[in-house]
Amino acid sequence: MPLVYIPPLLKSLTNGQEIVEVSGTNVREVIQAVEAIYPGFAARICDGDGLRSGLAVTVGTKLATNGLREVVDADSEVHFLPAISGG
Amino acid sequence: MASTSYKVIGTRPIRHDGTDKVTGRAQYGADIQLSGMLFGDILRSPHAHARIKSIDTSQAENYPGVRAVVTCADLPEPEQKVADLGEGDVNLYHLCQNVLARQKVLYKGHAVAAVAADDIHIAQEAIQQINVEYEVLPPVLDVLEAMEATAPVLNDDVRTDSMAGEESADPTNVAKHFFYEKGDVEKGFEAAHVVIEREYRTATVHQGYIEPHNATALWNQDGQITIWTSTQGSFMVRQQMADLLQMSESKIKVVPMEIGGGFGGKISVYLQPVAALLSKKSGRPVKLVMDRAAIFEATGPTPGSYIRVKMGADREGKITAAEAYLAYEAGAFPGSPVSCGCMCIFACYDVPHGRINGYDVCVNKPRTNAYRAPGSTNAAFAAESVVDEICERLEMDPVEFRLKNAAQEGTRRVDGVQFARIGMRETVEAIRDSEHWKAPLEGKHRGRGIGSGFWFNVGLKSSVTAILAADGTVSLLEGSTDIGGTRTSLSMQLAETLGIAAEDIKPAVVDTDSVGYNDVTGGSRVTFSTGIAVHNAGLEMRRQLIERAANIWEVDASEVQYENGEVRGPEGKVFTFRELAAKVHATGEPITVKGTSGSENQAGAFGTHCVDVEVDPETGKVEVLRYTIAQDCGTAIHPAYVEGQMQGGAVQGIGWALNEEYVYDEQGAMLNATFLDYRIPTCYDLPMMDTIIVEVPDPQHPYGVRGVGEVPIVPPPAALVAAIYQAVGVRMRELPASPPRLLHQILQAEAVE
Repeated sequence: MPLVYIPPLLKSLTNGQEIVEVSGTNVREVIQAVEAIYPGFAARICDGDGLRSGLAVTVGTKLATNGLREVVDADSEVHFLPAISGG
Repeated sequence: MASTSYKVIGTRPIRHDGTDKVTGRAQYGADIQLSGMLFGDILRSPHAHARIKSIDTSQAENYPGVRAVVTCADLPEPEQKVADLGEGDVNLYHLCQNVLARQKVLYKGHAVAAVAADDIHIAQEAIQQINVEYEVLPPVLDVLEAMEATAPVLNDDVRTDSMAGEESADPTNVAKHFFYEKGDVEKGFEAAHVVIEREYRTATVHQGYIEPHNATALWNQDGQITIWTSTQGSFMVRQQMADLLQMSESKIKVVPMEIGGGFGGKISVYLQPVAALLSKKSGRPVKLVMDRAAIFEATGPTPGSYIRVKMGADREGKITAAEAYLAYEAGAFPGSPVSCGCMCIFACYDVPHGRINGYDVCVNKPRTNAYRAPGSTNAAFAAESVVDEICERLEMDPVEFRLKNAAQEGTRRVDGVQFARIGMRETVEAIRDSEHWKAPLEGKHRGRGIGSGFWFNVGLKSSVTAILAADGTVSLLEGSTDIGGTRTSLSMQLAETLGIAAEDIKPAVVDTDSVGYNDVTGGSRVTFSTGIAVHNAGLEMRRQLIERAANIWEVDASEVQYENGEVRGPEGKVFTFRELAAKVHATGEPITVKGTSGSENQAGAFGTHCVDVEVDPETGKVEVLRYTIAQDCGTAIHPAYVEGQMQGGAVQGIGWALNEEYVYDEQGAMLNATFLDYRIPTCYDLPMMDTIIVEVPDPQHPYGVRGVGEVPIVPPPAALVAAIYQAVGVRMRELPASPPRLLHQILQAEAVE
């Protein structure tokens, strides 16, 4: 099952759990799955039907370009990070 | 170097825009002349922090030759809304206040009002007729002072935001807090044989592009706006304009002119909305061009910063733990690249246990903006300087230390993400094997240092259109502003895909109505991402050419192949590209194809630099004797442009390290807002910058491209201060290591002895 890496500032919501293993086939589903176990998580990650502004999601080593619809495989890692800019 | 299987990639054709550039025919924003055009100027705040009590424009409006005067009252009331600009977000409420100040001015040079007049001299005189009544407030210029509870607060709407929610109930200058953690940091430090903890400071530094910001706007009577401007992202200008003016994007056309440097500083809008408002009021086209003082004082530099780094290593030189605290100046409004600094600071290494805190802090300086690898240079200066001290304590060669700890594919960063295929180790090996590293350095007060750096590089979205002409050439319409020779690097990729010469591609950067959406030229993305779009367009053109040949030969398309610029069919039938192009118009529809990209992301780029210096202990002046840059460039499409990016980026990093800084007085007035007093390096200051192109192809790009534009600015400060230490025995922990600062440190060290 996909592994969701909990941002350190949100570990208070997951009883200190750093990694949560949940089912889901895309980013939205894994967020909902974490939310089902640890209420309050989704509100910190999502804003309506998208990620919160300034936030990006990485699936495996790849920065997701499809937001909440990004496909997640059974062996994927999911990370939530600040969006990266550039010069 | 590039694979020999390529015919075009890896060669060095003359750039397509070269003749126009060297003969002066290239059209920059300031070259625009329109019938009936007016000239504008902007009234800027003389104070670093003040409340605007009133603005009286009546005298200016009645000044002979003045056609329009605008203030913030002419802009729609801004929304508290964050706009996604593709590469980063912008808070429109703050952007609007930055374009024309509303209740407060937050830095000296903050735009307050603007005038359009028959000529620039009238405009300059007329802005002096605008009366602004200020209530002057105390400024705060230092990042740590701005974090204190007693500091003057710049923005009433700013609370400390973090992923956990708001961390402060009251208004504060600390806009954001970022936090990353991996493993057990305390346990990691316990396992260390040597632990070094140091504090570092970097100054506010400007991108220093030579071409000033400019914008010419025509707000037509039918409600359509056209903007001619120098920008890194014409589509970003369109979006920001639409958001600020609260109108549809379809009403705005942005024509990107040639750009004389940007380096991240020409993404945000400054003049464009003001020129549009002046045009709307006057009914005439209006041109605005900044002078150098305005560029320094009112456009986004890169943040000054305070960074504390603690790192531990075992006896064998393996890093056991690392911790960092980063506070970056955001300038007047939130938005420094501290989050990137946090994610870059230890990215060169395999750090088993790590903790990073980062803070985005408002101060009374211009709103910061991106600058080549934003946030990473500050961070690398701190982390790499600590690495150098650890190497000294362990009596270990800094190359050996880097090889022992280098991040590689699968290494998990402190922010949690694992690296894909990267070339950090290869850049260190390239320096180790270089003539420079092997050559002895002799002489008094001379030293050698190395430093490494990382930058993510991004992907984002691009669109191109390719049009086949009957003479066998292909027009390539793109929307990515050409800053670093990308007309040619993109044309070469299309030529490679089609099997024709780079000279047979005719690239053109066109306006926002003439090509599909393109994200900004930034993040080292154009040769990568627009290159993928170009490759996709080339594949589609090949497909259509196969179909056309099959139709002409009356065979099934499956019997036709595209190979090396030729279309081959059964029974030895063959068309060269030119032969088939000549038949296209007579045999069916024109061949016009599009290519897009947006689902790919880069794996990141690394560089390692080696520098020799000689320090004059009497003056503190540092002379760079020799400099070598090794950088992982994936596949170098046009090696000369890759080398140019490496050299240019490194030179900017050298300026950051040795001379460049904003000097302020206590009231927050910049004292050196000219290129005479703000010292950027020139060719007289530096030796030839040697380059070693390391090629570790990125598997996400069809030709293995990695962006090259940003990472070369990252390692120079750390490499230089390591070399200075070898030369004169003092460790510079505050940038720039300018003669007065370095001399002070040298004299202080001598006094202790």
